[in-house]
Formats: sequence, C-alpha cells, structure tokens
Amino acid sequence: MQKKRSFPIGTSILTILVILGLAVMIHRFINGLGAISNLSDGRPWGLWISFDLYCGVALAAGGFTLAGAVYILRLEKYRPVVRPAILTAFLGYTLVILALLVDLGQPWYIWHIIINWNVHSPLFEVGMCVMTYTAVLALEFSPAVFEGLSRSNLPAVKHINWRVPWGVIRAIQIPLVIAGVVLSTLHQSSLGSMLLMMPATMHALWYSPILPVLFLLSAIAVGPAMVVFESALSTRVFSHKLDIDILGGLAKIIPYILGLYFLLKFFELMAVGEIGLIFTAYPQNLLWWGEIIIGVILPIILLSFPDVRQSHKGVFWASVLVILGLMFNRFNVSMLALGMRPGYIYFPHWMEFAVSIGLVADALLVVWLAYRFLPIIQHEEVVEAKAS
Amino acid sequence: MKFNRRDFLKVSLGTTGFILLNSPKKAYAQESPNKSSKAVLVDTTKCVGCWWCYAACKHTHYLPETTKPDPENPPELNSDVWSTLATRKEGEQWLYAKRQCMHCEYPACVTACPVGALQKTAEGPVIYDANKCFGCRYCMVACPFGVPDFEWNDPTPWICKCDFCADRLAEGLEPACVDACTTGALKFGNRDELLAEARERIAAAPDKYVDHIYGEKEAGGTSWLYISGVAIEEMGFPSLDSKPVTVNAQRAMGAVPPVLLGAAATMAGIYWLCKRRDKMSRIKTTKKEAAK
Repeated sequence: MQKKRSFPIGTSILTILVILGLAVMIHRFINGLGAISNLSDGRPWGLWISFDLYCGVALAAGGFTLAGAVYILRLEKYRPVVRPAILTAFLGYTLVILALLVDLGQPWYIWHIIINWNVHSPLFEVGMCVMTYTAVLALEFSPAVFEGLSRSNLPAVKHINWRVPWGVIRAIQIPLVIAGVVLSTLHQSSLGSMLLMMPATMHALWYSPILPVLFLLSAIAVGPAMVVFESALSTRVFSHKLDIDILGGLAKIIPYILGLYFLLKFFELMAVGEIGLIFTAYPQNLLWWGEIIIGVILPIILLSFPDVRQSHKGVFWASVLVILGLMFNRFNVSMLALGMRPGYIYFPHWMEFAVSIGLVADALLVVWLAYRFLPIIQHEEVVEAKAS
Repeated sequence: MKFNRRDFLKVSLGTTGFILLNSPKKAYAQESPNKSSKAVLVDTTKCVGCWWCYAACKHTHYLPETTKPDPENPPELNSDVWSTLATRKEGEQWLYAKRQCMHCEYPACVTACPVGALQKTAEGPVIYDANKCFGCRYCMVACPFGVPDFEWNDPTPWICKCDFCADRLAEGLEPACVDACTTGALKFGNRDELLAEARERIAAAPDKYVDHIYGEKEAGGTSWLYISGVAIEEMGFPSLDSKPVTVNAQRAMGAVPPVLLGAAATMAGIYWLCKRRDKMSRIKTTKKEAAK
C-alpha cells in the first residue's frame, strides 16, 4: 500500500516536468531554435537527434521483437508482456515524433515528405517508416483500448458494442504484426544508413558500410532488454507479479544477438585493417571500449550464467547494461564520433534537456494512466491463450 | 484464421508492388557528371582580399550588408554569409581562399534531403527549393564541406547556401561574385575547359602552384575548382578522397526493396511453419488421447 501512496508524488513531479518542457517549446516556436539550444551551423544535430531519435527508436524495438516472437513464432509464453511492449513502443515512437516537432525547423511542413519523395534519401525512408509504423503500433495496441472500453460503465461508451472494432483488429492482427516487423527492419537499419553519408566526418572506428546491419542487430538485442527493464519497473510500481521464467527466457536470447553483433563489428574492423584503432585512436577508443564493455561484453558474460537469468535482480541489471550500452553507441555514432564542421564544440543547452526530459515524463504519465485504466497485463487474449 | 493468411498475402503483395512500381530504376547510381556543366576556377594566388565577391553576393541575394571584414577575423559561412574568404597569414602576407558551396557533382545534400528540396541542375548549380524543405538539417550534417546554414534565430527558419547565382546563369550572366572580382582570381566557364586551363597555369608556373586542382576529384568532383600556392587543405578545406560520399548510403538504399520483399516473405513463411507445427502437435496429442 505504501508504494501506491508514494506514486502520486511521482506523478506530480512528472507533471511539473511536462509543463516545463511545454514552456520551453512555446519559447522555441516564438524565438527560433537558437533561443533554446546550443545547436549551430557547425553542429546542426544535437541531443534531440541523438537521444530522442537515435536512442528512442532503438529502445522502442521491444514492440516489434515481442510482437514477432508471440504472433509469428507463436511463443505463447511471452504473451503477457506483448501489450506492455507494444504500448511502450507506441509511446516511444510518439515521443520520437514529438521531439522531431521541436527539432525540425518548420514541423508544420512535415507532410511534405508524403508528397515530395526522394527515394535516395535514407531519412526519407526513416520518415515514411516511422509514420507508418506508429500507425501500425496504434492499431496493434487498440485491442487493449477496445477491451477497456467494453468493460467501462461510462454512460456514453456503455451502449457501443466495442467488440466489433476489436474483432476487426484481431482479424488483421497477423498482417499488422508482419508489417510492423518489416517496417522496423527497414527503418532501424536505415538509421544506420543515414550515417553512411558521413564517411569524411565520422570516426573510422564506427564508420562502416555494414552500419545498417549493426543498427538492426543492436535494436533486436535491446528490444527484449527493454521489455525486461519495463516489466521489472511496472512490477514494482503496480505490484503485479511476472514469472521469472518469462524474463529469464527473454534474457537468454540477448547474448546470442549481442554475440553476433560483436563478431560482425570486430571482424569488419579487421577486414578493413582498422582494428589497431581500438588501441591507438585515443581518446575515441575509450568511447568504443565503453560501449562494447557496458553494452556487449558484460551482458554476454552475466546472462550466460543460469543463476543470473533465474533472478529478478540479475536479469534487470543485465538489461540495464544492454540499454546503457546501446545508448552509449547511439550517442557515439550520432554525436561524439561525428565531426561535422571542424572548430565547433557542442554541449546541450539546459532547455534542450528540458524538452527531452519533458517528453519522457509525458510518456511515463501515459504509461501510468494506461496501467491504471486499461487491461495491459491480464486480458482476454492471455486468458484465452492459457485456456487453450 | 484462414482469412488472415490470405489477407496478409494480398496486403503485402499490394504494398510491395506499389513500392516497387514507385521506386525509380536508378536506385544506386545518380546521373553522371555533366562534362559541359558550368564551373568557376579560383586561383588563390591572384586573390588580394578586396572582399568585393563577398559584398556582391550579399547585394545580389539581399543579405544584410556589412563593412569590409578584417582578415584576422573573417566571417564564417552562415545564413547571412553565403560567400566568404578563408584567410591565413604567411609571413607578412595574407593568403585568401574564397569559400562558398562547392556545387558537387555528387552532392551529399541532394541525396540526403528527404523531400528533394535540393537539386543539382544540369548547368551545374545545386539549388534549394524552400517550398519543399521542412528544416531537418540533414543536408548540413551530410555536406562534407560544411556549407549549408540554418536561420537559427528565426521562428520560420530555412536553409541558406550559395546557389551559384542560378537565376543569373539562366540569363546568360556570370555569378555575381565572379562579375565583381577585381583581379581575375575567379573565372567562370565550362568545367572541362577550366580544368584544362588550371592544368596549363600549373604547368606554366610549377614553382608558384601546388600541383593539385582541388575540386577536380574531391568527393567525386565539384563545380568550383581551386589552384593555390599552399595546399588548400591548410586553409581549412577538408581533405577528401575521390569517392563520392554518397556511395555507401546509396548502396544501402538500393537494398531496401529486396529487404522489404524478403522480410515480408520470410515472416509470412515462418508464421505459416509455426502455425502448422502447432496444429500438427495438437492433432498428435488428440490422436494419442483417442487411442487411449
């Protein structure tokens, strides 16, 4: 009971952060991006691109990995975590889009991308996929809303038969999931393709023609890690129980994907004869080792112990490492190891942080509301799956 | 559940067909450089730093005009400065190298722009169409020369960069900066002719020039060409190899249609296999139970 009482304090802090973020956004739309950021002609991309776009999209990979596992591979065991995964993925993408609405110079012209196609541009592909996939995620999550509405006693919604739209979505569920997996494959890798355009300014330790593949693999690895992380947190806050069997099973797959990722990364550096840079390219090699040790080597070691996989704490902290390592990597490739114009230095303005933090607070509030009012963990599909 | 599979096939074939039909044939290679495109040859040994090119550019493009800059502290390219001079003190003498958009033969900004707001014209200029832009700034990040700029303090910001005076070129005029040049340091003409002239000038005075035409091959070649007494890279120009910076990104983008089809087909196949596996095992168990 104490947990429940302490949480409203959390929500009021979140609300304050959201309002602060909104105030900064208003300032930005009146006075321009220069007024709230340290971005410059030499550093046109900063915190919002690195954190909100690059980390945000990758960390939302739990949606397509879990949906794929449950609906395509039919691993019924993981059904209880699909809805939370899809919800956080949907919120993640909404966040990416909201952040872009601040970052883009003239976000009210964002629809130009729908009519003016440049199919050569990786960013075009990312934009199209993110838009489409956000819609797909909304549809994938909509059964939870319909189920919640059909149980509701509110006078206005009580008389509508919510089972009709719910049934429609369930009928097209598999095509939706496949579309989600395909769209994710495309844009997770295209975020890497975007960086391929900068061979001259990106550090050789990271620049590689296989960046798209590395991006996709690391996203697939971080998907389950995010689901474990969120499940652990939601278990604490909402005091429901999740089987360690589910979390341990998710954690078990991570080392294989990370292992493949590491081998590709390592042998690509060897193949182009730049492997020596991991020792000589001081100080960038510290960043490289940082992301590899935190996000790849330590999690692989930890998660290969069955004891770790069987403990809530073990899988939680191993997942935290995977997530931190991935964020480290995305910051490296999109900010720290990317030169852009020489002679310009960049550290985010506090208002840039305020926007990003405000958006995360936004998402946390929505998650909190969803867990409160919608059937997220225990719902009919889970009950049906258990019964069959 | 029969409905699902059929429905999926319809949807996936429909979308992939749509995407394939809409993607142009040349997914990888862009149009080859137009040999007779226009270019400017910059001979930095002839530049005396009068800044007339700078003033003419500002005047022609209605940019806020300023006084003659100090070579100690030359203005950087920004939304109000589309052309400037890079400076360097060599002994008692100031060296100058004009800086503006290089108008690449394989422009990174053109490939980067998601909405095609930047285009390379057959004549040579890389031009910008603000009616398409929404301010993502990918062009700025992608440009290997660090040229496109942004109106950071404007609530409705656009990208700004040298447009090679495309309007003047269309009227048969020279770019304003070339027109204004007082010493002949800038020469406008056809790219191949200017390259030949640059080689002649270097050959005629090998002591005076570094034996390199900057822009002939850099990043696949540019419409602005430089010959100079000191290596132009020492004046702040990037050192680039001859491969266009867009090559790897274009190769990756060329893989998109097959990956799209492949991923959709694989997912559908796996779904079908897993479903069949579950069905068979269920039949087996019911048979066993029946046998008992």
